[in-house]
Amino acid sequence: MITEIVFLFIAGITLLGAVLAVSLKNVFYNALSLILCLFGVACLFIYLGAEFLAIMEVIIYIGAISIAIIFAIMLSRPMFQKYEKRDLIKIARSLFIAAFLFLGLLKTLHSTRWPAASLEGDYSLRAIGKALLTTSVLPFEAVSLVLLIAIIGALLISGSKERPSQ
Amino acid sequence: MSQSLQSYLVVSSALFSIGIFGLLMRRNLVAILISLELVLNSASINFLAFNKFCMPNKVTGQVFVIFIIALAAAEVCIALSLILWLSRRKNSINIEDAKELKG
Repeated sequence: MITEIVFLFIAGITLLGAVLAVSLKNVFYNALSLILCLFGVACLFIYLGAEFLAIMEVIIYIGAISIAIIFAIMLSRPMFQKYEKRDLIKIARSLFIAAFLFLGLLKTLHSTRWPAASLEGDYSLRAIGKALLTTSVLPFEAVSLVLLIAIIGALLISGSKERPSQ
Repeated sequence: MSQSLQSYLVVSSALFSIGIFGLLMRRNLVAILISLELVLNSASINFLAFNKFCMPNKVTGQVFVIFIIALAAAEVCIALSLILWLSRRKNSINIEDAKELKG
C-alpha cells in the first residue's frame, strides 16, 4: 500500500520536473527542474531493482551533467537574461505532435502482450561487472574510446581562442 | 501498480513526449539539450523496466543503461562546448542564429 503511494508520488515528481524543465522561460530554472526530474528517475531506478544505476544517475546526471549545464548558463552571460518570445502557433503545433506521440504510445503499450519472466534474478554489482568484462567487453571499450574523443573534442572546440575568424 | 510493467511504460512515454515537445518548442540551445536529456532518461527507464519484467537475465538492461549514461555524458560535453563557442562568437544561443552551415 505505502509502496504504491510512494510510487505514484515519485512518478508525479518526475513528470512535474519534466514539464517545468521544458515549459519555464528562464533557462536557469529549466536546469534546476531537470535536477528534480532526474532525481525522480533515480528513485524509479530503485523501484526497478537497479540500485547501482540509481546511484550512478545521481552522481553522473545530477552531479556532473546538470552542474555542467548550469556552468554553461552562468558562463555565457546573455543567455539567461534574454527570454525567447513564445509563438502560440509553434506551441500548438509541438503540443499536437507530442500529444499524438503520447497517445499512440499509450495505445500501443495497452494493446501489446509483453512476455513475462520471473522477477527474481541476480541484480548485483558483481554480475554487472562480470557482464561488462565478458559478454559486452567490445561496447565497453568503444564507449571508453568515445568518452576520450569527446573530452579531447570539447577541449579543442572551447579552448582555442585564436580560431580563424572566417 | 509498482509491480506492473505498464505503469513504468506510461511514465517513460510521458517523459519521452514531454522531451519531444521541448525539442520542438524551444529555440534556446541549452533548453533543447535539457529536453534531449529527458528523452534519453525515458529510454533508460524503458530498458530497466523491460529488464525487470521481461528478461530472464537481469544484467543486460543495466549494462545498456550504463552505456546510455556514458554516451549522454559525452554528448553533453561536446554540445556544451559548442554552445559556449557559439555564444562567444555570435553573442546569442538562439538556434535560428546558428545557420552558417545552411544545411
